Amino acid sequence: MNTDSGSEAEARESLGQRIVQPLGERALALFAYLGGASLLLGQTLASLAGLPWGKWAAGILLPWRWKALHRDRKWQLLLEQMEKIGVASLPLVFLTSLFTGMVLALQTAYQLQKISATLYIGALVALSMTRELGPVLTALVVAGRVGAAITAEVGTMRVTEQIDALECLGGDPVRYLVAPRFIVLLIMLPILTLYADVMGMLGGYVIGVYKLGIGSNLYLGNTWDALRLKDIFTGLFKAGVFGTIIATISCYEGFETTGGAEGVGRSTTLSVVTAFILIIAADCFFTALFYFVFP
Amino acid sequence: MIEIINVYKSFRNRPVLDGVSLTIRDGETMVIIGRSGVGKSVLLKHIVGLIYPDRGQVIVDGQEVSNLHGKDMISFRLKIGMLFQGAALFDSMTVGENVAFALHEHTHMLDQEIKVRVEECLGLVGLSEIERMKPSELSGGMKKRVGLARALAIKPRVILYDEPTTGVDPLMAGTINRLIVQLHDKLKVTGVAVTHDMSSAYKIADRIAMLHEGKIIEVGTTQEIKNTSNPIVRQFILGILEEPELKR
Repeated sequence: MNTDSGSEAEARESLGQRIVQPLGERALALFAYLGGASLLLGQTLASLAGLPWGKWAAGILLPWRWKALHRDRKWQLLLEQMEKIGVASLPLVFLTSLFTGMVLALQTAYQLQKISATLYIGALVALSMTRELGPVLTALVVAGRVGAAITAEVGTMRVTEQIDALECLGGDPVRYLVAPRFIVLLIMLPILTLYADVMGMLGGYVIGVYKLGIGSNLYLGNTWDALRLKDIFTGLFKAGVFGTIIATISCYEGFETTGGAEGVGRSTTLSVVTAFILIIAADCFFTALFYFVFP
Repeated sequence: MIEIINVYKSFRNRPVLDGVSLTIRDGETMVIIGRSGVGKSVLLKHIVGLIYPDRGQVIVDGQEVSNLHGKDMISFRLKIGMLFQGAALFDSMTVGENVAFALHEHTHMLDQEIKVRVEECLGLVGLSEIERMKPSELSGGMKKRVGLARALAIKPRVILYDEPTTGVDPLMAGTINRLIVQLHDKLKVTGVAVTHDMSSAYKIADRIAMLHEGKIIEVGTTQEIKNTSNPIVRQFILGILEEPELKR
């Protein structure tokens, strides 16, 4: 009897150790991760104040300052990142959104034909693209293409001690590495999203007009009638949030990289996976929020 | 003067430094020897504040490193130059931009003055006409010398060398050793080097300290270390796998 209850207690204890302890450790690791990433975001926002905004604004607005702006090293760094992150992503975003718009039109036509409502495909594609698919698909594509590249670059700098060297030379890694990428993603992701919205609608138009035989004017009129500025702006707001997520997670994973080439590979994968999950979660949250706040 | 007082540091519950104490005098070159993975680089990074101790103090010129923040930390770090094991050159920049980095960021020197200073520093390490090259185009030994030039650009009073001769051919190692000795003799900089290359250690050191199992187990001049009776140190410097004393 005694031995039975003894072994029972043992079993219970080992069950606790096997299930509860790892769960607790995972939970702690999750909070440590979110805390670390939030801290990095805070440091990034704080470092933005130190950038020469006034000088840049003057440089852009006043033509006689263009040359001086062109020589500004930090400005050059920013432009370089804009090219790498924004412009270079255009082809991929173009293809993804064009095809999505086409598929969306075809798939809805399949249903709407049954109730003779194919006319509304224009409205449906426009609203789906601007409110949901434009921001989310663009963010996912950019997270895969750019987020991974950022983590690999920053992670390689970490394992080859370049970040240590930067600190030794009096440089602040957050200001040098995170801030420019953060600003660029915050600017470029909404622009790419806008581009994706237009391309998606174009895809829908091509199918609607040339395949389903809806009149061109009818399709366009249907699109304009349905679209509100609110639809576009909530999408762009989401794009800004997704940009923040991609910049923060990819840089954080890069900074936390350990263990050579293998470590860089691991953190690159983790960075993309984490960014994907957070983007979808944030999308769900903000969609619900907008649904109730701006009905 | 650099004082390391009773420093403890562990990573993931594995103690690396277990009560290290060491004093490095102004103007001397101190070489810290020890087996790979014993925590020599970790100790070096404590001096420049890249890693903070769990317990204990690191005091450089009367300032406790872990108390420094913001601008104080930057001006402190600009007194110290560090040569990293793999040189750690910024590979997105050219050699010239690498050497000029701290000058651009923290001085008000004109571009022309910076150019002259960069040439001067590259000249000190025996390199010229490579300002426009990218680090990826350089050999391992050249990278190390550029790393040294970058550390010298801000005229530091202390230079930390992390494995200065590892991974370069013997002739290049000789050149780097000579450079370190010249810096010590001519510029009177304080040097701290970690290495497991004994021939290099003998050439550059004023004093040698041995780190073993998280503690400094012996400090002495080069001659004292050569004649030591400590079996672990003897085993290390002579490269004998098992000394009779350790067998028993």
